[in-house]
Amino acid sequence: MTPRKPPAVPGRKVRPGTEEPRPDAFDVERVRAEFPVLGRTVYGKPLVYLDSAATAQKPRAVIDALARFYLEDNANIHRGVHYLSERATTAYEGCRDQVRAFLGARETCEIVFTHGTTESINLVASAWGRQNLGPGDEVLITGLEHHSNIVPWQLVCEATGATLKVVPITDAGEVRLKDFEQGLTARTRLVAVSHMSNALGTINPVREMTALAHARGVPILVDGAQAVAHLPVDVAALGCDFYAFSAHKIYGPTGIGVLYGRRDRLEAMSPYQGGGDMIESVTFARTTYAPLPGKFEAGTPNISGAIGLGEALRFVARIGLEAIARHEAELLEYATREVAAIDGVRLVGTAPHKAGILSFVLAGVHPHDIGTILDLEGVAIRVGHHCAQPIMDRFGLAATARASFAVYNTREDVDALVRAIHKVKEVFK
Amino acid sequence: MDFEELYQQVIIDHSKRPRNCRPMADASGQAEGYNPLCGDRITCFIKCEDDVVVDMSFQGSGCAISTAAASLLSEAVKGKRRAEVQQLLRTFHALVTGTPGTSAEIESLGKLAAFRGVAEFPTRVKCATLALHTMQAALEGRPEEITTE
Repeated sequence: MTPRKPPAVPGRKVRPGTEEPRPDAFDVERVRAEFPVLGRTVYGKPLVYLDSAATAQKPRAVIDALARFYLEDNANIHRGVHYLSERATTAYEGCRDQVRAFLGARETCEIVFTHGTTESINLVASAWGRQNLGPGDEVLITGLEHHSNIVPWQLVCEATGATLKVVPITDAGEVRLKDFEQGLTARTRLVAVSHMSNALGTINPVREMTALAHARGVPILVDGAQAVAHLPVDVAALGCDFYAFSAHKIYGPTGIGVLYGRRDRLEAMSPYQGGGDMIESVTFARTTYAPLPGKFEAGTPNISGAIGLGEALRFVARIGLEAIARHEAELLEYATREVAAIDGVRLVGTAPHKAGILSFVLAGVHPHDIGTILDLEGVAIRVGHHCAQPIMDRFGLAATARASFAVYNTREDVDALVRAIHKVKEVFK
Repeated sequence: MDFEELYQQVIIDHSKRPRNCRPMADASGQAEGYNPLCGDRITCFIKCEDDVVVDMSFQGSGCAISTAAASLLSEAVKGKRRAEVQQLLRTFHALVTGTPGTSAEIESLGKLAAFRGVAEFPTRVKCATLALHTMQAALEGRPEEITTE
């Protein structure tokens, strides 16, 4: 079927390419203006920030929300009967509901606030793992995981006698569903996979993985640390049992993250940490625990962090994740073409389905030297093993250079990156 | 800050054509070094006769700064007495960590003085000191792996 042209508006002739932009059209300059730090210089050169996979910069609305909380509303939550405490509690719980809507979760009580993705995964490894794993059982991960989705499972395997199994990745840096399916055995008790690789940018087919795992009655945790800022996530449609992410990768503050857990899963789990706020009643003889999600939130939480996250999600919603994904996809395509064309550059991670990340090596130059020279040109990238040493081992590398893109990056940023890589070559010629 | 201050020509040269980059079958001491931050590894070999370091070599992979430091250090220590080598390593350490000492001390480092720019780059200091710490361990006969952390 051929696409039908929209009917012409009578009396108005529009030449192709001269259409006025829609008022809500994506405008990267307007987005950039919301990020104060992007206006600064580094070593006298304009900052080109290509390290958002490590942490994203923060829009003014998020910074202001943090300040406003401490300037006007600071109080502890869930305890005070006074005015400020009520305001803080309402704001904190309001952000929880925002997160629920953002993830497409059914119930607000399925959203647990944590310190970040790392704590979210540790929570599941500890609370679910110790209850459900035993000798001979298997936890299945992939070769694409960040250390935070490897080490917690190694710890719980050590404690319970379970075994950690790893699905291999291809030369392009992909997990083949066939290999994933082969990794699922009668002893698999849990699957833990990243939605998007922080080192290579590969997007895992988590929906299909979830279906395969569930067909065998195996629950699945998805590490969404990298994904949430780049692609729309819907946990209900995905059907996953757990989903973890950090606020700071999606334009929010550090020190706050989220664990989504399906209600029945969370309810069946024992608490992760003990303390204030997670109890219903305490006597020296017996303690009963608070209902969800309080059971998993011992102690005073990161209240301002949650409020900052709520503001960050508002920022993302205002621009729209589809628009962000489109912008970043164009940028990644441009960067891939330009950087790959540099003589001596080899891209690491060339999966067809990827987002926001360009990992590369340059013949004869160690990534650390690339990073330092780029830095002196004002271009901030990450170099090293990206907390994913098994991936580096898989490609026989000690490290790579990684440029990562966010909503505020431009083609000019990519051009600056390319110029700076040429500078590296000049120094090491 | 300009990159020429860090990447001086002698450093680039030694990083691309490292001297004494070879194993040593008849070493009198050797040590392993590891920088967990970047994954760089180095093995240092040392050969002493009486009190004199007659040969030093290394193997491993690393960035320009760590490779050039290993190469230049291996050249600098040859023919020196142990105590002189210890002194040289101390002076070099002081230079790259930002307390360079007197101009006479800097001069005593010879070509190694090219590393004076490293102190301006806190994230790169460990690259410059990996070989140094590993050589010290080889010299003192400490077998355990040295890490920069």
